[in-house]
Amino acid sequence: MSKNKEKEILLEVKNLKQYFPITTGFGKTTPLKAVDDVSFKIYKGETLGLVGESGCGKTTTGRTIMQLYKKTDGDIKFNGEHVETKEQIKDFKIKTSMVFQDPYSSLDPRMTVGDIIAEPLDVHHLYSSVKERQNKIEKLMSLVGLSSEHATRYAHEFSGGQRQRIGIARALATDPEFIICDEPVSALDVSIQAQIINTFEDLQKNLGLTYLFIAHDILVVKHISDRIAVMYLGKIVEIGDTDEVYNHPKHPYTKSLLSAVPIPDPNTMMEKKRIVLEGDIPSPLNAPSGCAFRTRCPYASEECAQKVPILENVGSNQDVACLFWKDIQDGIRTPNNLV
Amino acid sequence: MSNHLLEVNNLKTSFFIPAGEVKAVDDVSFTLDKGEVLGIVGESGSGKSVTAYSIMQILSKPGEIVGGSVKFDNQELVGMSEAQLRKIRGAKISIIFQDPMTSLNPVYTVGNQIDEAIKLHTNLKGDQVHKKTIEILTQVGVNDPEKRAKQYPFEFSGGMLQRVMIAMALVCEPDILIADEPTTALDVTIQAQIMELMRELQKKLGMSIILITHDLGVVADMCDKIQVMYAGKIVERGTAKEIFYNPKHEYTKGLLKSIPSTQNKKKLIPIQGNPIDLLNIPKGCAFSPRCEQCMKICLEQYPAVKVFSETQQASCWMNVFKELKGSGTVE
Repeated sequence: MSKNKEKEILLEVKNLKQYFPITTGFGKTTPLKAVDDVSFKIYKGETLGLVGESGCGKTTTGRTIMQLYKKTDGDIKFNGEHVETKEQIKDFKIKTSMVFQDPYSSLDPRMTVGDIIAEPLDVHHLYSSVKERQNKIEKLMSLVGLSSEHATRYAHEFSGGQRQRIGIARALATDPEFIICDEPVSALDVSIQAQIINTFEDLQKNLGLTYLFIAHDILVVKHISDRIAVMYLGKIVEIGDTDEVYNHPKHPYTKSLLSAVPIPDPNTMMEKKRIVLEGDIPSPLNAPSGCAFRTRCPYASEECAQKVPILENVGSNQDVACLFWKDIQDGIRTPNNLV
Repeated sequence: MSNHLLEVNNLKTSFFIPAGEVKAVDDVSFTLDKGEVLGIVGESGSGKSVTAYSIMQILSKPGEIVGGSVKFDNQELVGMSEAQLRKIRGAKISIIFQDPMTSLNPVYTVGNQIDEAIKLHTNLKGDQVHKKTIEILTQVGVNDPEKRAKQYPFEFSGGMLQRVMIAMALVCEPDILIADEPTTALDVTIQAQIMELMRELQKKLGMSIILITHDLGVVADMCDKIQVMYAGKIVERGTAKEIFYNPKHEYTKGLLKSIPSTQNKKKLIPIQGNPIDLLNIPKGCAFSPRCEQCMKICLEQYPAVKVFSETQQASCWMNVFKELKGSGTVE
C-alpha cells in the first residue's frame, strides 16, 4: 500500500459512465450501461491489466478514456488536470495513444507503412521539415524492431506480428506517456505473442511508459501487469496487485474466472479444482438488480439482489466489490457447485 | 488389417493456387484408438485444420489430397464415393467447427437443423425425430429445450450455439469427434463449460476425440496424446506429459518457453522470426530459419524421425547431434 502512495498518479478515473442508447421499441430507447460507475487510478510507469469476458465493458472503458466516445458522466484526470475542454482533450490525445486488437483492420491498406506511422505527427503538426518527419519514422521503426527500409511498403506485405509492430510504432509517434493497449496480442500466435509482449516490456523500461493493458488472456495479463482490475457487466469487481489478485482472489467471479483458465501443465490441470459457472453473462440491457454477478454466483443469497456492492479495501492494496467476501474467505459461506 | 480405429498414412494435401502449390499437409501419419483424446497443436497455417478436413474428405477447391491414405475401421476414405462417404460423415465421424455463429444456417430454427441431421442418419420418423432432438439438446445442457428448439441461431449465445453444434455432431453417437478449435471463439468461463461437457460425453459414449487447437492450456487439460505440427509436418508426438515436461523438438521447446508462466514473471523467450511462408518452405527442416540451435545439416536435409519411447518421437537434428556428442563422434 505504501509503495503506491509514494508513486505519482498519472491517470485518475472517477465514476466513469458510458451508456449507449438502444432503440427498444417505437420511439423508445433504453440505456445500455457498457461502463457503469468505474473508478481507478494508474500510477506513473506501471501497467494496469484490465480483464473480463467479452461484453463486460473493458474495451469501452479504454475507448472512453481515449475520448473516442463522449462519456456519459464521470471525471478523467491526467497528470492532475481534468480532461474536459477542447484544449485539454487535444493535449491529452497527444500524450496518450492506443494500440488496437486487430492488426489487419487497424492499418489503412492504401497507405505506406511510413505514412501510417507518421499520421499522428501529421494530424498534430509535430514536425517542421520533411527530413524531420523521415528521421522520426526511421527512429520509430527501429524502436519496435522493424527495418526502416520497409517504410515504403504497404501493410499487406507484413505478417500479423510485424503489423502489430507497425501499430505500436504509430502509437509511439507523438512520444506519449500513456498507452492504452486493447487486446494487442490476442490475434497473434503464441510464439509471436511472446515477441510483442517483450517489445511492450522493453519500451516501458526504456521510455518510461505507462500502460492500460486490456486483454482476456489472464496468463498474459498476469505476466505484464503490476496491478489487475477485473470487470464484470460494466463494473470493476476486484482490483489489486497482480500477485494478490492472482494468488488470493477474493471476489467469487475472480475466483471462478481464474479457476476456468486452462494452464499449460498437465499435472496442474489434473489436480486443479474447478468452479464451473452456470449460464452466460446476462445482457447489459437487462442487468440483474443488486450485484450483477448474483445470477451466476455460487454463493449468492437474497441480500445480493437488493444491495449493490461497492469496492472496499480488503487490505494489502486490494479492493473487492462483494457483500460477503469475508464470509466466503472465512468459510462461513460455501459454494454449491464445486467440481 | 490393423486394429486402430483411424489410421492416417503419409497423407499429403495441397492447395493449387496461381502462385504455386501450397503443401498444407505434407506426409502426415498417425493413428487413433478407441476412446483416445488426441490433440493437434500448432500455429496458424501449420496444417491442423486441413488435416481434419482431409480426414472428413470435405476439402474444397483448390485443395486436393495428393497422396496417402486415411483408413477408418479398415475402410479407405480417400477416393471413396460421395454416397458412401455420406454414411460415414456425421454418422461415424463428426466434426465441430471453431465458429458456431457461422456454422449454422441463420434462416432455419435450431431444432429444424438438428432434425435434419437425425433424419439423414437414422430411421426415426415423424414425432420420434422431434423427441430425439429434445433429448439430445437436454443431454448437452440446453435449458428449456422445447422452447430453444424453436428459436433461430441469432437468439443463442456463443456458448449455447457451440452446445447445439455438439448436439448435432453427437446425434448418431459417432466413433470419432473432430473438434476444430471448439472453444477459441468463447470466453474462458464458457470454455470451461464446453470442455467439461465434452469430457463428460466422451466418458459416457466412449468416443475418440481429435482436438485441434493452438491453446496449449486446453490440450494439457484434455488430451492423452499430443502431436505438434509445423509447416504441414508433424515434428513431434508424445503423451501430454512427455510433450510438456520433456520436449525433444526445438520448436516444441520454443513454444513452451513463449507462454507466460503461472509462477513467476520471468521474461518470455519468444521464437524469433516470422511465421513460415508455405509457398517458400526451406529445403531442410522448415523450422531452421527460426531455430536458435540451427546447424548446417538443418538447412540441407529434413531430419529423420527419432524414437524416444513407445509414444514419443521427434524429427530434429539436435537429438542426433546430442547422441553423437555423447558417443564422442563429434565435439
